[in-house]
Amino acid sequence: MAWRLKLVPTKTNIDFFRWQFVTFGASVVAVVASLVLVAVMGLNLGIDFRGGTTIRTESSQPVDVGAYRQALAALNLGDVSITEVKDPTFRADQHVAQVRLGAREGEEAVTPEVIAQVETALKAVDPAISFPAVESVGPKVSQELIWKAFLAVAAGSVGILFYVWMRFEWQFAVGTVAALLHDVIVTVGVFAALQIKFDLAIVAALLTILGYSVNDTVVIFDRLRENLAKYKTMPLREMMNLTANETLSRTIMTATTTFIALLVLFIFGGDVIRGFVFAMLFGVVIGTYSTLYVAKNIVLMLGVDRGDKPKKDTGEFASIEA
Amino acid sequence: MTPTALWKRLLILAVCLWGVFAALPNAFYSRVEGHNDAAVAIEKAGGVATPDQDAALGTWPAFLPSALMPLGLDLRGGAHLLAKVEVEDVYKARIDGLWPEVRDALRDLRDQVGAVRRAPSPDDELRVTVSNPEGMVAAVQAVQALATPVYTLTGVGAADIEVTAEGADIVVRLSEAERAASDDRTVQQSLEIIRNRVDEVGTREPTILRQGSDRILIQVPGIGSASELKTLIGTTAKLTFNPVVKTTTNAGADAGARNALLPARNETGLYYIVEETPVVTGEELVDAQPSFDQNGQPAVSFRFDGAGARKFGDYTAANIGAPFAIVLDDEVISAPVIQSHIPGGNGIITGSFTVEESTELAILLRAGALPASLTFLEERTIGPELGADSVAAGKLAAVIGMIAVAVYMVASYGLFGVFANIALAVNMLILIALLSTIGATLTLPGIAGIVLTVGMAVDANVLIFERIREELRAGLSPPKAVEAGFARALSAIIDSNVTGLLTALIMFFIGSGPVRGFAVTMSLGILTSMFTAVYVTRLVVELWLNARRPKTIVV
Repeated sequence: MAWRLKLVPTKTNIDFFRWQFVTFGASVVAVVASLVLVAVMGLNLGIDFRGGTTIRTESSQPVDVGAYRQALAALNLGDVSITEVKDPTFRADQHVAQVRLGAREGEEAVTPEVIAQVETALKAVDPAISFPAVESVGPKVSQELIWKAFLAVAAGSVGILFYVWMRFEWQFAVGTVAALLHDVIVTVGVFAALQIKFDLAIVAALLTILGYSVNDTVVIFDRLRENLAKYKTMPLREMMNLTANETLSRTIMTATTTFIALLVLFIFGGDVIRGFVFAMLFGVVIGTYSTLYVAKNIVLMLGVDRGDKPKKDTGEFASIEA
Repeated sequence: MTPTALWKRLLILAVCLWGVFAALPNAFYSRVEGHNDAAVAIEKAGGVATPDQDAALGTWPAFLPSALMPLGLDLRGGAHLLAKVEVEDVYKARIDGLWPEVRDALRDLRDQVGAVRRAPSPDDELRVTVSNPEGMVAAVQAVQALATPVYTLTGVGAADIEVTAEGADIVVRLSEAERAASDDRTVQQSLEIIRNRVDEVGTREPTILRQGSDRILIQVPGIGSASELKTLIGTTAKLTFNPVVKTTTNAGADAGARNALLPARNETGLYYIVEETPVVTGEELVDAQPSFDQNGQPAVSFRFDGAGARKFGDYTAANIGAPFAIVLDDEVISAPVIQSHIPGGNGIITGSFTVEESTELAILLRAGALPASLTFLEERTIGPELGADSVAAGKLAAVIGMIAVAVYMVASYGLFGVFANIALAVNMLILIALLSTIGATLTLPGIAGIVLTVGMAVDANVLIFERIREELRAGLSPPKAVEAGFARALSAIIDSNVTGLLTALIMFFIGSGPVRGFAVTMSLGILTSMFTAVYVTRLVVELWLNARRPKTIVV
């Protein structure tokens, strides 16, 4: 037999429900903790959602945050934050900082004068400075963007709920959506805990997590449906374990390839999309976890009506000749 | 296993070849871009090419496809603006235009309503006081008779004005339908004028789109900064020529009825009182060019159309020796004294311009004035260096990611891993070919979407291979096991991809900016990966099985 890299042995017999109260409890705690974190600490909202201006500075001189702050303090701009951006992909003489100005009370539009003032003040501190990116979002647009982002996640969940309901049974749909909401909420919670910038791109990442998590869950449910038709008398709990073990190799394999691809992007993709990629990396891990420990538990709790045969046995697509 | 039908094989092969072919230009990005730019420039010039353009055109053979993935602002650098059109600006002019009509209508009823006079009111209503309120009913009727129906797509019949009586005042407002129609016109006109102005500057592939009821999105790649773009499109550029009543240094001076107090552009503290009604306006210009006056100072020369030239000629003939204000956006640029009758409608505007200012003013005058002012709700500038850094980082990550996944697949599935990698490579090519052909803009999140596709594309193959392993363990012969593996995995592949596609589509329709770019690459990636993982892998495996006819296989 040829050598194969195997992360999962050929035959596994893991009882995924053995610690079900611990694992499910942990998930419930994580969701509640995330909600509390978001409520208490709040998210580090980017200008997309909060309004304001960010200016990215780049210079061959090292960044002196103190000097920058002093230079800008004279301008009386209100809420100003300056952070140095460090990244392994930068060249040795590439020093980057991010200046963030809060949205100004009662201003719908952004004022170019303010940006010009900031640029002049920073140029005085460091003549070699340049401004490779300047972004401003007015408070009105940012309000709408928040609403749209929320709507996107909600619409995504509802769409998935209906699709899974249509293809499987309602219990599966509830389990799937519970699992993916768990993933999204905990990811947002991690963003609150670590205070990573939360902007529009992160919402795209959340939606991808949604898609990934569902993908994973649906594959197991698909197999479960097949097994339900095959073993009519096996208890549901046992059958779920059988199914999860049968598909475990695939679950881990896909999670690993996706994780590898994302990890490479995380390391080499530059600082601009690092937060975005971080969200997705985290999402792959939690999506895999929730597939094994959340979605099935909910289906088990709700029970599956096995009186009549499952609506569709192996799925109508299986008979199509490929 | 059942062999794939010949036509199917040919079709699969054709799609793969098309992918290679259509993705090819992206490997020579700058060369093809030079070729495309030259082609566009030559077409604009009416088929006449400069030697440089001919050389650029020759760098890429004409028989090859030349569509490229357009790079988004975050990768190429450029400016992004979201502007709100202040549609209410137009109401005042409409209301002012109504007053003479209303006055004339009421004058005919003088014996019933008595004297009429325009009372002060907000900009969007006309308030007329009548001295004899008993005649109010007749007055309202007479004014209402001036209304004309508004024609809209949804229905006909709503009047354009609403007339009500408030005490001794008749109040005329624009109706809901008229406002909606007017807003729509205003935004449409603004859009056209912005497009003209951006086109005049001649950058590559600007995006100018209407968003929602009163917003315009403008994306111009390659422009230095958003503020540069803003001076170009944010200026109303309303040019008028008004008779000067007198000059003053008092900023609070009372201009008098139907007059306006305007500041001088170049001298602080100097104000002009001019008649509010212009003699001629910028709308009657047919051309404007940057030029120089007799002292060698930058200036803008212009030409009026027939009607404008006649009015201008008549006015100058009748007012020799009087000063005449050239007003741009409520600032007096200059107020020369009319030396002689100016026939022919040619003129020159001087006003201590710099060369850049005169060039810009000429562009603005040619493109026309905006009907309403713009407020900028969102602006983003990305420098070209940052974009280039992002492209380099994204490329590197995509290549390393692909290699890492490929190595991992071979380590896990041996020869079948190689098959999956062939499918993965074809998948990338078809994805790039598709993005180029439909002209979907590639953004940084878009690159992330591609990298994610790399990771997830192998999922379908993993599902199939795991299934084949199971079938082999169950004792099926190699061809049977392969066949069963493909057939049984299909249901899971379709379910998982449809849900993925569903979220991508929702992202596309609800999202904006980065979310959209990501959604496009992700949904196309899902479609192409389904094709390659199922059809291409199957064909490759089938060819291998037929050639080798192995007794046993190890997946």
